[in-house]
Amino acid sequence: MYSENFQKSIAAVEAAREKNITLEPERMTAKQKEDLLASFHPDYKQDEFDVLKIGPNKGEKVPTELAEILQAHSRITKDSVSLENPDYETDVLIIGGGGAGTAAAIEAHEARADVMIVTKLRMGDANTMMAEGGIQAADKPNDSPAIHFVDAFGGGHFAAKRELLSKLVCDAPEAILWLSNLGVEFDKEADGTMVTTHGGGTSRKRMHAAKDYSGAEIMRTLRDEVLNRNIPVVDFTSAIELILDENGNAAGAVLMNMETKELLVAKAKTVIIATGGAGRMHYQGFPTSNHYGATADGLVLGYRAGAKLLYAETLQYHPTGAAYPEQIFGALVTEKVRSIGAKLVNAKGEVFMHPLETRDVAAASIIRECSERGNGVDTGNGKGVWLDTPMIEKIGGEGTIMRRIPAMWRMFEKYGIDIRKEPILVYPTLHYQNGGLDIDANCMTTNIENLFVAGEAVGGIHGKNRLMGNSLLDIIVFGRSAGKNAAAKAKDVKVGKLTLSHIEKFEKEIVDAGIVTDMTSPKLLPDYTRQK
Amino acid sequence: MEKLVSIFLFGKKYEVPENLTIMTAMEYAGYQLVRGCGCRNGFCGACATIYRIKGDKELKACLACQTKVEDNMYIATLPFFPLVKEGYDIENIPVNESVMMQLYPEIYACIGCNACTKSCTQGLNVMQYIAYAQRGDFEKCAEESFDCVMCGVCSSRCPAGISHPQVAMLARRINGKYLAPGCGHLEDRVKEIENGDFKELIEALMQKPVEEMKELYNTREIEK
Repeated sequence: MYSENFQKSIAAVEAAREKNITLEPERMTAKQKEDLLASFHPDYKQDEFDVLKIGPNKGEKVPTELAEILQAHSRITKDSVSLENPDYETDVLIIGGGGAGTAAAIEAHEARADVMIVTKLRMGDANTMMAEGGIQAADKPNDSPAIHFVDAFGGGHFAAKRELLSKLVCDAPEAILWLSNLGVEFDKEADGTMVTTHGGGTSRKRMHAAKDYSGAEIMRTLRDEVLNRNIPVVDFTSAIELILDENGNAAGAVLMNMETKELLVAKAKTVIIATGGAGRMHYQGFPTSNHYGATADGLVLGYRAGAKLLYAETLQYHPTGAAYPEQIFGALVTEKVRSIGAKLVNAKGEVFMHPLETRDVAAASIIRECSERGNGVDTGNGKGVWLDTPMIEKIGGEGTIMRRIPAMWRMFEKYGIDIRKEPILVYPTLHYQNGGLDIDANCMTTNIENLFVAGEAVGGIHGKNRLMGNSLLDIIVFGRSAGKNAAAKAKDVKVGKLTLSHIEKFEKEIVDAGIVTDMTSPKLLPDYTRQK
Repeated sequence: MEKLVSIFLFGKKYEVPENLTIMTAMEYAGYQLVRGCGCRNGFCGACATIYRIKGDKELKACLACQTKVEDNMYIATLPFFPLVKEGYDIENIPVNESVMMQLYPEIYACIGCNACTKSCTQGLNVMQYIAYAQRGDFEKCAEESFDCVMCGVCSSRCPAGISHPQVAMLARRINGKYLAPGCGHLEDRVKEIENGDFKELIEALMQKPVEEMKELYNTREIEK
């Protein structure tokens, strides 16, 4: 139930609902999108960025908060630990226990490599778990990997590394089949046909889902499989520095027990960074839909060791974060809500955009509606626009919401809002790190041998904006590929003498560049304790 | 001035704003969480919590990130519960109730007390899905348990020692792999790709100048 303050606007939304359902709003032209983004998308706010003074991407702009942690001090010095007697020795060391890390572990294990996962919290504590809407794959007769490629390449502003994108789209159907064979329960018709929908910017209905628990269903299945295979998982343990060998190749990591702070050393022939995203950095003060541990750790680890970043200046703000009630401020409202019929409506009851523009365009459009155009709804904690969920039941019939998006119903029901009958308030929320470490088609970083990356920590797969459903896809495709390749590479690797000299070198660069900071990184967790 | 309520974290009293969730109230009180905090959004089951309102006999369970504090709320988080997870080879298991008898025989010791259902933080009918698992009706067990976040509260309340979330996990995987209908168009597409049917199309896209890609993108036909 909404309080009195909202009723007038809700009445306008209800009055226009029938008309709005039938309305087919025009899509924006390329020029309209460009202008909108330049004026309203957070990536274009120049004063929110800093130029990196050191490291492989020196001279490039990244979000201020990211620049601070990339150019911060290490948590340790090269003498904090002894590298002589490692606590763990393995072929493949996987840093991160989310979707990409577990997919990599399963494939490395399948290839008979010794593999271990270290993860900062529990296995499965990851953005994968929170992905709701679905996973793309061009497996319908009217679709093809080539069409998928064009959709993603255009949606990402023609900036994706084509060799990565082609791998993404061509390996997609096989990734779905692999998940299916592991027991992931995709939504299907009675004859086995996949139930697929549009996402923002798709030209074919290729979004596969498991209700609106798509990521959770994938994650819990992968986790179960890792446990079945007895793959060692060291949980509540974060990697805080990479270890190189004397030849400059990746050869392990310094680990820290999150509870006791004990430092440990893991030696490995190959290392996979699968540490995920950065929502908890709260760039530009945005709330986030991300997991508690999403603090860009992998970018920091890689950067300090000398790995290059690509497109680290581009972030994805999901257009529909919950704007009300405040207890769920910033939480993800899946794009699938729009895929199955709900439109975005302003305070006056007007549909102000096509509901399935790409995410960057949709987010900028909502920000414009709430700022320049003054058509936002006052939530008591900022502004928002309506996402008219009752449309879904009108279009798909009664029961559609419980069948297709039960998690969304549950999330709002806890606060007395029945999304079958009442619309919900949304505003963009920090959702995805488009950029990350630069890799080749084998998932190895372009400038550190034996260092692989998979998942959200990678940059370049999606270009400068990602389409819905391509992230669950990329963690599976690139996670598996990284696992296989890291396992294969490990067979020929002879690890040289271990060293942390890169920490010392980086520290010198900080001093030489005149950077004065008392910050250490990786950040590992945000601090939400009350500052008195 | 925001209204404050009294809560008791592991028995110790704190005054916190009434609009907070249990999780944000703990942070307001000064806890820097490591355990018992995950997605903060109701999906991961990290923040299972038991509470009692003073004067109320009933013990309640919830997810700390999804539940507002109340006055006189006594709170104990349950960041870990030792569930039993049995290993198995998904490629090699019987697809009938005998797999449950082998791996989770304790489900047949269910005494029907329904404490699991009453305590479920997702409001699921837990006892019912265990009954389906007992009978080998994995499709129904999967459907009934689908929204489970594996927080483990049900198991903490179970006198028979059942690890309900793991039983349901097994049932869902069996259902997804063996019982759900196969997908013809998916298998066909995988073969076509293996066969190299799209190779030329993709290679052409790899070479195309950006201006031509823009044209292709901006004029592409969009399925209704």
